Amino acid sequence: MAGIISAAAHIPYLKMERKVIGGAWERGSLPGCRSVAGSDEDSLTMAAEAAAACLGQGDRAGVEGVFFASTTAPYREKQSASLLATVLDLPVELQTVDLGNSLRAGLSALRLALDSVASGAAGQLLVASGEQRLGYPRSDQEQLFGDAGAAVLVGGDDAPLAYLGGFRVSDEITDVWRTDQDRYVRTWEGRFVSGEGYLAVMTKAIKGLLAKTGLQPGDIDRALIPAPEARSLQDLLKKTGLTGDGQAADPLLDQVGFCGAAQPLLMLAAALEQASVGQKVLLAAYGDGAEALLFEVRGPLAKPASDLARQLANRRALNSYARFLSFRDTVEPLPGEPFRLVPSATVTWRERDSLLRCQGSRCQVCGTAAYPIQRICDHCRSQDQFEAVRLSGMTGEVFTFSRDNLAGRPDDPVAVQTVVQMENGARFYGLMTDCDPAQVELGLPVRLTLRRFHDLGGFHNYFWKCRPVR
Amino acid sequence: MGSIKDKVAIIGMGCSQFGERWDAGTSDLAIEAAGEALADAGVGPQDIEACYFSTVYAPMGGVGGTIAADALKLRDIPIIRNENWCTSGHIALFEACLAVASGMYDVVMALGVEKLKDTGYPGLGMGRGMNPVLEARRTAPGSFALIAKRYFQAHGLSDQEGKELIGRIAVKNHDNGSRTPKAHFHNKVTLEKVVAAPLIAWPLGLFDCCGNSDGAACAIVTRADLARKFRDDPIYVKGVGVAMDSSMPHLRPGFDWIHFGALMNSSRQAYEMAGIKNPREELDVAEVHDCFTITELAIYENFGFSPEGGARADIEGGFFERGGGLPVNIDGGLKCFGHPIGASGLRMTYEIYKQLQQKVDNPARQVQNPRLGLSHTFGGPPQISAVAILGNERG
Repeated sequence: MAGIISAAAHIPYLKMERKVIGGAWERGSLPGCRSVAGSDEDSLTMAAEAAAACLGQGDRAGVEGVFFASTTAPYREKQSASLLATVLDLPVELQTVDLGNSLRAGLSALRLALDSVASGAAGQLLVASGEQRLGYPRSDQEQLFGDAGAAVLVGGDDAPLAYLGGFRVSDEITDVWRTDQDRYVRTWEGRFVSGEGYLAVMTKAIKGLLAKTGLQPGDIDRALIPAPEARSLQDLLKKTGLTGDGQAADPLLDQVGFCGAAQPLLMLAAALEQASVGQKVLLAAYGDGAEALLFEVRGPLAKPASDLARQLANRRALNSYARFLSFRDTVEPLPGEPFRLVPSATVTWRERDSLLRCQGSRCQVCGTAAYPIQRICDHCRSQDQFEAVRLSGMTGEVFTFSRDNLAGRPDDPVAVQTVVQMENGARFYGLMTDCDPAQVELGLPVRLTLRRFHDLGGFHNYFWKCRPVR
Repeated sequence: MGSIKDKVAIIGMGCSQFGERWDAGTSDLAIEAAGEALADAGVGPQDIEACYFSTVYAPMGGVGGTIAADALKLRDIPIIRNENWCTSGHIALFEACLAVASGMYDVVMALGVEKLKDTGYPGLGMGRGMNPVLEARRTAPGSFALIAKRYFQAHGLSDQEGKELIGRIAVKNHDNGSRTPKAHFHNKVTLEKVVAAPLIAWPLGLFDCCGNSDGAACAIVTRADLARKFRDDPIYVKGVGVAMDSSMPHLRPGFDWIHFGALMNSSRQAYEMAGIKNPREELDVAEVHDCFTITELAIYENFGFSPEGGARADIEGGFFERGGGLPVNIDGGLKCFGHPIGASGLRMTYEIYKQLQQKVDNPARQVQNPRLGLSHTFGGPPQISAVAILGNERG
């Protein structure tokens, strides 16, 4: 038996009213807003934030594998799951797997993890997804897509959300795609895409699952069905009979947008925040075929520190379409001052415990805590007598700060330089992200979050920032 | 620790015109400053037995001291380059002092040159250190500005009060710079203009920050007992002090951003060597590291010019202005000269040297009958400090 222990979502701090995008093109707008990854976020950082919330303060030693699923992984050749496992400070005896290319990859990763645990091949597996897909400028997709991360921890018999079985179909269709040369998502004609693609194939998967498990549509308490847009979902619910009042979960299109491979995990995280024991939960996903999984709530689920409602309520509006384009490198603004940095894969690798695992040191002689790891204690000068301490899960307070107008990106010009007093006494220094710079004050509670810093050296350089506790 | 008090004298100094020297390369700046210094000392390049050379950026590493050799045609002598951020110029001077005090050489040169304006961008660029990410977006104003909020909080200043207080330092230094021909900027500013200026790194606005300039300065140093062979008014080294702490105080556990060990220890070393008990009373003029106005404020208290928390009363009372109890940055400071990093320590020492000789290039800023003066640089992230105390009387 396998099931789900916990799940969590990360919704970026920035949101954009769709009318801002429509207005920029002097065209019609879809309702609501979409989430927008910050200029320092990508699919991996969003997945990392969700995964950290999913693991919480619990012991991470039991995690035996990390599956990362995305169609927008930061590398074409180089794994993301290994980086994710490192920034989560997981043990190195670990299986790490990337899944991509299909919008179904998130749910496929979850089902592979469930099967793996059920077979006894693994104890706990972490499944994480992040997406940051690009619709063509002026397209509907540009408005419809959202950016988000989500993560699920899969475990064995005592997992509170038990996995009862799944059903899947494969389907070859060129409905939504990007070639290896494409930057933006392409689609074939809309009626073909929704009719012969999403609607037809999802119906097969959902009906197949119901038939296989001997359930009627009315037996499903919560149907978590992602959809690329609202109309297709309504058609699908009618065709599958999942039309009960409140039976189908909000696909989050009005507040977040369609987040590709991450969407089923995102919806799962949202649903588990309100699940009650005994409920049967159906989770499906579409992409080059479709897949549907059935779960039952067997026990109480741990709530992440910041639930979806809280994240949605604590966002900042991005009102500039130009900045949105710049964040995604669609337009290139006037360059700022160049970096005086020496990119080095070697340094990043050698210093990975501090830079990626976010470990500081605590002196075993005098107890002084510091970041990054200090071989010689800053206080008592004892050498090589320290224990490594992970700072990424701790809270801290702003000790001092400045709002630096030189240090930011041209499209994100104010960098809040921050010295943080961590709860263990160590100091962290860096930039504050996901904040309103004008609201920063001494003593503001913050947490650390992994962000993408720059691409010097031709590779992505990740490091930590602080952000206000949301 | 031993002492070099009255063992070393400066017998010549030179200082280039500071500013955006589109016309001048590193060599031109070196020739300008060293030429004046050699002429002032009455010696030639052939008399220099060793050169202590400071430059940080220009050109980048890999060329050692040969920049000075090529510029001045110094041949077959040691040229020792140092790079210690903003204190580089002072450290070149100290190396020169120790070299003659040891008896190794009789006449040596300390030369600081920095050519910042060949890069095509106005600032110093972003990021510091050898780590690809740890200081990725660190800037000088962003680091020094971290002092402000802690100071304001510790001394009960509102953000507005604090901003006006540091703004007065900009007003003072610009007023002084208007009387200094070699400075980069000669414009006077009002407090209203300072406070309303565009923000660079809050609370530091445009006029709270020194500029990026090109410049060079040079000193010719000999043993004190030889000095009068060269001139009637040599200037004697009374005390020196250097202290370095972590290059990243940002990460130092417990660091309070108000009390700087490097400032306190470097000044203490120099005061003790010079026999100074009360710097506020005994010093006649001081050039301190006003890279940012908040830095100058912190220095007042860390150097004992003002009692702790007393800087506000001294600033508002005009204590550090021309004609005040202790004129500070009477030549306009880094605020008006800009900060060609490797040159600044020697440029500040140049002003003290000229003040003590009563030979500043504009009598309108001459301090009357000074005996003791101090020059100081403070760099890196705020943790590398160097102090020199000079006097015009030996023994």
